[in-house]
Amino acid sequence: MDDARQPLIEIAGVSKHFGEGEARVDALRDIDLTVRRGEVVALLGPSGSGKTTLLNVIGCIIAPTVGRVTLDGELVYDNRALRGDLRRLRLDKIGFIFQFHNLLPFLNARDNVALVLTLAGRSSVEAQERAVELLDYLEVGHRKDAMPALLSGGEAQRVAIARALANSPRIILADEPTAALDSKRAGIVMDLLRKLAAEQDACIVAVTHDEKIYDRFDRLFHLRDGVLEDQEEEVS
Amino acid sequence: MNLAYRDVRHNLFRFVLTCLGLSLLMAVVLAMIGIYNGLVADALNIVKAPQADLWVVESGTQGPFAEASKIPGRTRDAVARLHGVAEAGSITYQTVEARHAGETLRLYVIGYEPGRPGGPQTIAEGRGITQTHFELVADRQTGLVVGDRIRLGRNSFAVVGLVEDTMNSGGDPAAFITLPDAQTLQSQLAPPAQRVQTARGAGLLKSADTVAAVIARLEPAADPLGVATTVRQWKHLGALTQAEQEAILIGSVVDRAKRQIGLFLGILLTVSAVVIALIIYTMTMEKLKQIATLKLIGAPDRTIVSLIVQQSLALGMVGWSFGLILILLVKDYFPRRVVLEPVNAAALGGIIIVVCIVASGLGVRAALKVDPATAIGG
Repeated sequence: MDDARQPLIEIAGVSKHFGEGEARVDALRDIDLTVRRGEVVALLGPSGSGKTTLLNVIGCIIAPTVGRVTLDGELVYDNRALRGDLRRLRLDKIGFIFQFHNLLPFLNARDNVALVLTLAGRSSVEAQERAVELLDYLEVGHRKDAMPALLSGGEAQRVAIARALANSPRIILADEPTAALDSKRAGIVMDLLRKLAAEQDACIVAVTHDEKIYDRFDRLFHLRDGVLEDQEEEVS
Repeated sequence: MNLAYRDVRHNLFRFVLTCLGLSLLMAVVLAMIGIYNGLVADALNIVKAPQADLWVVESGTQGPFAEASKIPGRTRDAVARLHGVAEAGSITYQTVEARHAGETLRLYVIGYEPGRPGGPQTIAEGRGITQTHFELVADRQTGLVVGDRIRLGRNSFAVVGLVEDTMNSGGDPAAFITLPDAQTLQSQLAPPAQRVQTARGAGLLKSADTVAAVIARLEPAADPLGVATTVRQWKHLGALTQAEQEAILIGSVVDRAKRQIGLFLGILLTVSAVVIALIIYTMTMEKLKQIATLKLIGAPDRTIVSLIVQQSLALGMVGWSFGLILILLVKDYFPRRVVLEPVNAAALGGIIIVVCIVASGLGVRAALKVDPATAIGG
């Protein structure tokens, strides 16, 4: 297989249910999904369709009831076992971008980014330097000393993206990354994510309801009642 | 990167305000400890002041501080003649109320024989008693100054000197007068009562030559227990060494106050623990989303636990420091002496550290239960 098209996320036969008996809710049913390097894909669907649950399964936050999940060649869950150190896996391989940036309000922009690197074991000086590099790259370096409350929506989201990229993750998961932005800024952020995915050889999985940015994705996956419909839709 | 410090710095005003509230609680705890220490120190000061080795008291009593003791005044001569006794002096204790400058003063009047053991050791201002009658040396807490005159019973006394930190376990400041004056004061009736006695033909009561105790200083080589044993052979007398006298005072006179204050301290520390736990729990609950984000980006549990515990400790320690400063600033305005030893403050600091760690458990538990998924919108 061409290395550039090697899958970073492989999900096979994943189901997830909550509760038992009459209270049982099937959030995901027999999901198969593969996302390759450099791909930017969207999970679409109405509320309660299972998008966030699928994102949580990929993000090593919740374990599937059954199924097999492999991230960057590393088996995370199969039908019998769960990989032990999910926290470390999240830190090393996954970057998260949230709907409302979720920057820590008591750290300035630079420290919000540097924190992830410090947690990964980098020295403070190294972490600060890398954080400034990333902020400069995302054209928000001039706001490195600003507290999150003083950043505009677009600036805060770019700082959040810098944080998600700090450890050079292979997988970036985004939950409504443009929901808090106007359409112009949403387009800029999505273009930026596409550029980053290409440059960092990473893949991006985003949950979104924003139809205006559908054309920025390589593929769209539709979820309904926990089932992946039509498997995928190629965006031309 | 210290997250606890950054968070505190970000919410500095609220943190300082919380610390101030806690410091008031700490100040009350320290005040209670100081009041107890003052109580003990005052009680012991009175016992230690005569620098006695032996207290000769009425047989079957525990000395002049724990219960009434009355022995003949001539006992002093008998004690002074005992082998091993260097010097002895008679002494009386009584609490009187007197009017001065329009206010009622409660005085712990000590009658002693000038030139013999029992008088004030160090005169802070003025001089000691040199006249046989009507001179008085008072503790500075009385508010009296050298040159003042004060009426005790039927006689007016001139204040000739001042001493410091001399009061009984009830907090009444001491006033030293001569033994004859003290004996007269003990036996004198108030004018209306005296008029009744005169009408009944009883005439004026004469002062009785009785004293509360005889205190003795021993030769350096003398054994206090041996001398005490000799005295106890006299049927109407008892004897207590200085150590026994101090133990009785702490054990019986101060004991109830000690238990009361101890109980109060326990309640205050429990209240402090609950307050700290609630503050930390509330602070944690306000940060649940941030904690979920930290977990999601890969922060280990120890980072989150240390964020909470460090803030809890900072709260406790700053509250303790502010409380200590506050009590040191206001302790002299308390009606009772507040004695704070460094070891007391350090012990409270240690207790607060333990309380903070235990109290932060509630917040830590809540934080560790947070699902990282809550950082992602539903």
